[in-house]
Amino acid sequence: MPGYRELLAHLRAEIDEVDTTSARDLTDAVFVDIREQDEWDEGHIPGALHVSRGHLESRIETAVPDKARQVVLYCAVGNRSVFATKTLEDLGYANVVSLAGGYVDWKRNGFPTQLPQSLSPDQRSRYSRHLLIPEVGVEGQTKLLNSRVLLIGAGGLGSPSSLYLAAAGVGTLGIVDDDRVDASNLQRQIAHSTETLGDWKVDSAKRTLEALNPDVNVLTYKERLTSENIERILGDGWDVIVDGADNFPTRYLVNDASVWHDVPVVHGSIYRFEGQVTVFRPGDGPCYRCLFPTPPPPELAPSCAEGGVLGVLPGIVGSLQANETIKLLLGIGDPLVGRLLLFDALATEFNEVKLRKDASCPVCGESPTITEYIDYVEFCTRAGSAVG
Amino acid sequence: MTTVRIPPTLRPSVGGERQVPAQGETVRELLDDLTSRFPALREQLVEDDDIAPFVNVYVEGEDVRTLDGIETPVQYGSTVILLPAMAGGSR
Repeated sequence: MPGYRELLAHLRAEIDEVDTTSARDLTDAVFVDIREQDEWDEGHIPGALHVSRGHLESRIETAVPDKARQVVLYCAVGNRSVFATKTLEDLGYANVVSLAGGYVDWKRNGFPTQLPQSLSPDQRSRYSRHLLIPEVGVEGQTKLLNSRVLLIGAGGLGSPSSLYLAAAGVGTLGIVDDDRVDASNLQRQIAHSTETLGDWKVDSAKRTLEALNPDVNVLTYKERLTSENIERILGDGWDVIVDGADNFPTRYLVNDASVWHDVPVVHGSIYRFEGQVTVFRPGDGPCYRCLFPTPPPPELAPSCAEGGVLGVLPGIVGSLQANETIKLLLGIGDPLVGRLLLFDALATEFNEVKLRKDASCPVCGESPTITEYIDYVEFCTRAGSAVG
Repeated sequence: MTTVRIPPTLRPSVGGERQVPAQGETVRELLDDLTSRFPALREQLVEDDDIAPFVNVYVEGEDVRTLDGIETPVQYGSTVILLPAMAGGSR
């Protein structure tokens, strides 16, 4: 029987190795770190997956489902990864290499490394139901904690969406709203309460959200979104915008800014018993102007303040917006890009229509004619629309 | 016969119905049939002899602007959705 050294030497001759300098150029390959948890916690190659050698056989097919993909396995100095390479070949992986010299050599060469963000015991407990889902896990939860979402409006839609985003641990929430809490809001705007009547909605919402989850930092913008302040607010840097505005000028303003800043918008709108939800992701689908080139005249577009809205409806639509937002942040599932979801609360019926990018769209089309902010109130008035 | 879904903002013009049947082999014929029976719908759907720019018409889930516009054929038994923009959300 060969001893450890003979076996290692024998296998090393059988498998393929790559040195750290060449490995750095393998940008399409997936790096898998097979070291133990404590070794991983002290730093790893950026973008690498962690599957400890003890779990390699049982977990690698979930971590790397594509057996044709090039896999670079690494450990500390390049010995354990030799055995692991053989194991993956036995499992049918066609293109596996072992990183010669391992993580130690990678670091010695001054190549980039990354310290994994680990969750505190409190966070492990708070987010435990997320951590159990493979699509989220520690990595996804860490992503959420590092994410920044801007909510337009702290009203009917902004209340449920911000509550669920805060509960999910989205680390930074910005809220833009220039209104105060009124008694007529409380039938549906669940981020506020009888105790906060008369307070600014952004302050009332901040209190509710931070009480729900102290991990969340709430930035408040006590102002109406306009062409004058939108650059400053977007300049704070956002991964996703959740649009729950109550008027057409803001909808068009948010749309144009999101196209120019390349930030996806999760759109929701409601009236009486019906809601609409979609995702406008710049470059990857239509924008709001592709869907509605001009706003409707006022008699066709009464606001909820004029026409009313069932209190629970924004709860459903706002929750759908939170769901789309979390999917976008995690990069999972199929977001509502190019699809408009219609919800009818009376019939309890969902319908979906296809949305297509308009090549002649003045903002996201092939030859844009609108390249800077316009007077949105005038644009919507000219179209015959009401404001607010 | 085609079923046309009427959005909430247009329902007062059709006696409050959520959907109404209509006849026609194209979107134009369908709209003509609808607006002859519900004249108040005309200015809310039609502008310059075309579909008003603030309304979208979907035949079997497809925006007719990406098909043949107002001349898009409508199969017997299909579902047509009329959809004007809604702004509501916050207040």
